[in-house]
Amino acid sequence: MLRYLARRFIWAVVLFIAVTLVAYVLFFLIPNDPARLVAGKAATDADVKRAAHFLGTDRPFYVQYAKFLDRLIIHQNLGFSFTNRQSVNSIVGNAAPVTASLVFGGAIFWMLLALPIGILSALRPRSLLDRASMTFVLIGISAHPIWIGLIFAYFFGFKLHWTPITGYCDFINPSTECGGPVQWAYHLVLPWATFAILFAALYVRMIRANVLDTMNEDYVRTARAKGAPERLVLRSHILRNALLPVVTMLGMDISLALGGAVFTETVYSLPGLGKAAIFGLNNNDIPTVEGVIVFATLAIIVFNLVVDLLYAWIDPRIRLA
Amino acid sequence: MALLEVRDLKTHFRTDDGIVKAVDGVSFSIEKGETLGIVGESGSGKSVTCLTIMGLNPKRNTISSGEAIFKGENLLTMSSSRLRDIRGDDIAMIFQDPMTSLNPVHRIGAQLVEAIQLHRDVTKKQARARALELLKAVGIPRAERRIDDYPHQFSGGMRQRVMIAMALVNDPDLLIADEPTTALDVTTQAQILTLMTDLQKDFGSAIIVITHDLGVIAEIADDVVVMYAAKIAERAPVANLFKRPHHPYTWGLLGSLPRLDADVERLVQIRGQPPSLLHPPRGCRFHPRCPYVMGVCKTVEPELLPAADERDHVQACHLDVETKDREAAKVLAGTMAEAS
Repeated sequence: MLRYLARRFIWAVVLFIAVTLVAYVLFFLIPNDPARLVAGKAATDADVKRAAHFLGTDRPFYVQYAKFLDRLIIHQNLGFSFTNRQSVNSIVGNAAPVTASLVFGGAIFWMLLALPIGILSALRPRSLLDRASMTFVLIGISAHPIWIGLIFAYFFGFKLHWTPITGYCDFINPSTECGGPVQWAYHLVLPWATFAILFAALYVRMIRANVLDTMNEDYVRTARAKGAPERLVLRSHILRNALLPVVTMLGMDISLALGGAVFTETVYSLPGLGKAAIFGLNNNDIPTVEGVIVFATLAIIVFNLVVDLLYAWIDPRIRLA
Repeated sequence: MALLEVRDLKTHFRTDDGIVKAVDGVSFSIEKGETLGIVGESGSGKSVTCLTIMGLNPKRNTISSGEAIFKGENLLTMSSSRLRDIRGDDIAMIFQDPMTSLNPVHRIGAQLVEAIQLHRDVTKKQARARALELLKAVGIPRAERRIDDYPHQFSGGMRQRVMIAMALVNDPDLLIADEPTTALDVTTQAQILTLMTDLQKDFGSAIIVITHDLGVIAEIADDVVVMYAAKIAERAPVANLFKRPHHPYTWGLLGSLPRLDADVERLVQIRGQPPSLLHPPRGCRFHPRCPYVMGVCKTVEPELLPAADERDHVQACHLDVETKDREAAKVLAGTMAEAS
């Protein structure tokens, strides 16, 4: 177990360096000078040079990268934004809860949708419900989240006035114009739904297939031969086995979904990590972009580790070695 | 009264291609404490017969008819809740593949305890004690510790022992074993068969054993049903079947037992393929493969009639008794040579 964790940790470090380094290299391949942007339109060449020196962009990229690592590891500091001199720690700190709300709320949303639909259509294959849910799956997989977001915002927000169209409310701290759990959820319903549709579709299909497969397993027949009632057969023998792979997929997809969150945040102008990253990219603001990347990488690494440990715990056939 | 009396059992499956008559009018009975062997090729309907008795066929596309009277009640028409009471309690079943028949995510102890608690109003502790007792009875070494292991920690033979323990845990009157040794290696097969006969003495259960292996039949069965293409070809006490087989298909089975003495190039086989149960042949179903086929076989389906002088011995073949005795003697001469 300890050896397993140690190995996982080493891999995490390698992965972390690879991801952040690639991001730095890519930034230097973009033919754009952040110093000129910072210095403004009327700046002289000398001004730009001074700005570059101030930002550190006059040094080669490996020096900048080393400085970035030094700041991050020794001082747990992600630096300051090139554009507005805000601490990147606080940019990420403010944006992360928004994205977390979206992703985890969305995950709950999509599981609440996918579990009953997937299981019911597996229990009644070729029924009306099954066909309807397969149609939903096809639409959900084919439609882009931005399109879905716009359609939802138009109908439910603009036409029907059921939900707000944009904006975000803090869960606890009512520092903004609104706050509290109710307002928080109210403002997030549409983003959650938008975000969840693609994954709900994928999961309906996956759960349905797994349950159908498991129903034909010999041990399910054994359970029936023991005289187990159908409810028990379904719960203890079919679902327990059919949902094992879903747990793994869920863990992997939640980290993957961080990427998908960018679209949803854009449509509903939620001040999350996706929005921060796009802002950073548009302004050649490498500290902000790196900050988001560092945070997302760490989140994904930790999340995958948790999923692996969880999986070893629920599936006796897996032993961590 | 027989423990289980099966009369004119039919199981038909609706498929996209039409109706598959997997079991088509099968009758047999089994007494308390007796062992009945059902033998036949793959697809002859032997497993489906037993799954029908247990009510374990998929409901959606199955049509069953006939009777299976168990202790005075018809298993085919009783309510599903009554059938659930009987399954695992009065009638238990062992399946062919022990590698896949145990649930991989539950400890074997838990699976045995579940089997007990479904039918007995006992505490978990009592159920566990009973489970342990059975695991010891089927010869699981260090059962006290292995009871908390998962199925993947057992070998195939050990898993089949666990399956047997699970089947016997409620002291069933009838145990149905569907090819219990097919998936096991030869030495393990012998151990499992010995175990089953030993336990039968202790528990007094009747056993229906399904197999394609006449060796298994010879070893443990009292009565034998030979099935071919969803129907019974021959039914007899085991001694009769091996002494005086009446059906050419039975001869084929006997003749195709591997022989160690004779210097044969290849194994003897019954030529041809088992017929499609979607469109079974007219007349005798075995006629396209039968070396003794006559004109009548192609048009008239032979009835299941008592053999010449033995009442318990029934067979469905048009051949006359003299020919049968002569040909059977030839086949037996071959197999006897193996025995001596």
